[in-house]
Amino acid sequence: MSTQSTVHQTKWWSGGKSPFNLEYGKLMMWYFLMSDAFTFGAFLISYGTIRFSQNFWPDPNVVFNAFPGAGHANLPLAFVSVMTFILIISSVTMVLAVHAGHKGDKNGVVKWIAWTIVGGLAFLGCQAWEWHHLITGEHAVLATTIDGNNYIDMIGQNMGGNPWGELADPALAQSALAASSHETLVHLAHEFPKEGMAAASVESLEKMSTTQLAGMVDVAHAHIREKGPIAFGGYFFGITGFHGFHVFSGVVINIVMLIMAQKGIFQQRGHYLMIEKAGLYWHFVDLVWVFVFLCFYLI
Amino acid sequence: MSSHYDPTKNISSSAAYPEVSFHHGHADDATFRKKVRKTTILLSIITVIELAIGLAIYTIHKGPNPSDLLVLMFKGVVCILTLAKAFYIVSVFMHLGDEIRNMIMTIVVPLMLFVWFIIAFIADGNSYKNLRNNYDPYFKETTMPTKHHGEKHEAAPAEKSGKE
Repeated sequence: MSTQSTVHQTKWWSGGKSPFNLEYGKLMMWYFLMSDAFTFGAFLISYGTIRFSQNFWPDPNVVFNAFPGAGHANLPLAFVSVMTFILIISSVTMVLAVHAGHKGDKNGVVKWIAWTIVGGLAFLGCQAWEWHHLITGEHAVLATTIDGNNYIDMIGQNMGGNPWGELADPALAQSALAASSHETLVHLAHEFPKEGMAAASVESLEKMSTTQLAGMVDVAHAHIREKGPIAFGGYFFGITGFHGFHVFSGVVINIVMLIMAQKGIFQQRGHYLMIEKAGLYWHFVDLVWVFVFLCFYLI
Repeated sequence: MSSHYDPTKNISSSAAYPEVSFHHGHADDATFRKKVRKTTILLSIITVIELAIGLAIYTIHKGPNPSDLLVLMFKGVVCILTLAKAFYIVSVFMHLGDEIRNMIMTIVVPLMLFVWFIIAFIADGNSYKNLRNNYDPYFKETTMPTKHHGEKHEAAPAEKSGKE
């Protein structure tokens, strides 16, 4: 209670002191982060607007179901939860670095900042893998030529297309097989052979004709979809990319902090305020991820 | 007032930036560690619950007849849990909760814009969807009342009399 009353008796606006009881740079970091929150907020809200304007939007559990080294296993949410925990833990190590700074503990700051950098790099590595997997992983979709003929196409998740539309009508997909390219049919016959048929090697399939191949594909098993909303790719890569760029710049800032702390610059200054400011930025990156995680992976 | 900081004289942070009137009593190591551990566990538990709900939504979607209301409710719960997570990160990890009230308000009050921002733009997207779904390419806007389909011709003389 006594500390409370001293706070209230302080004449904050009488000059000679910070009315917000904060050092200038730290206050400005707060305002920068607030404006950055509006930037991210505007991106995410515009994504929400487009999503609400569509009759269909891909289910994130169908899109994000891969895990490094797990092949084609269906593991929805698994990899992104790893990424989320990496970021939470790196946020905790940052708190510990800031705390070590308060105590003037140089070795503590260096140790915890180093762990934070490791966490940031691990997160960026995960994101690189995920992007690569989405762009290069091709899925069978029911496409239509200008003349209105259906055929099966193999497309990845990129800016021009999205393979996660609604499940296509099996009868339509079956009839579309005949007009599909030889390469696509080889792939489908290899991955989804009809029941009772042994999965043939790609080499032997490549020698067969398209009609032969078309008869070998189990269309129901292949889960052929229509093309999904194009906007999905732009928003996903745009927003996670912008966040990834923040993580990257956060890692660069933390490396600078690590070098400065190691060289004893903060010790000479007598305070570790710079670590606090870098810490604010790093926590903000974690905070944004919480919302990106919500908007793209959970709902 | 010492405007220049001399590291040989005083190593305390108050001398380095004298504009700060008082320093938050930085808790001793034991209470600090306890607080950080508690917050970390809390954030992890909330994340695990979110993931469980995410998987629940997935199973509902895969099921025979998915209930839209149930999915919507689960999504609402995840949104609330995310806000709770954001609160803990900002107030404990970023120490905003320890700042003075005036400072907290300059950050939090502008963020209230998001209330309007989210509602307005989501409603806009929804309205766009409805407009497109009901789009009639042959619709012509006119000030002349058009006859409704199946209506008898009796309406015409009435209109005439109205003009006189």
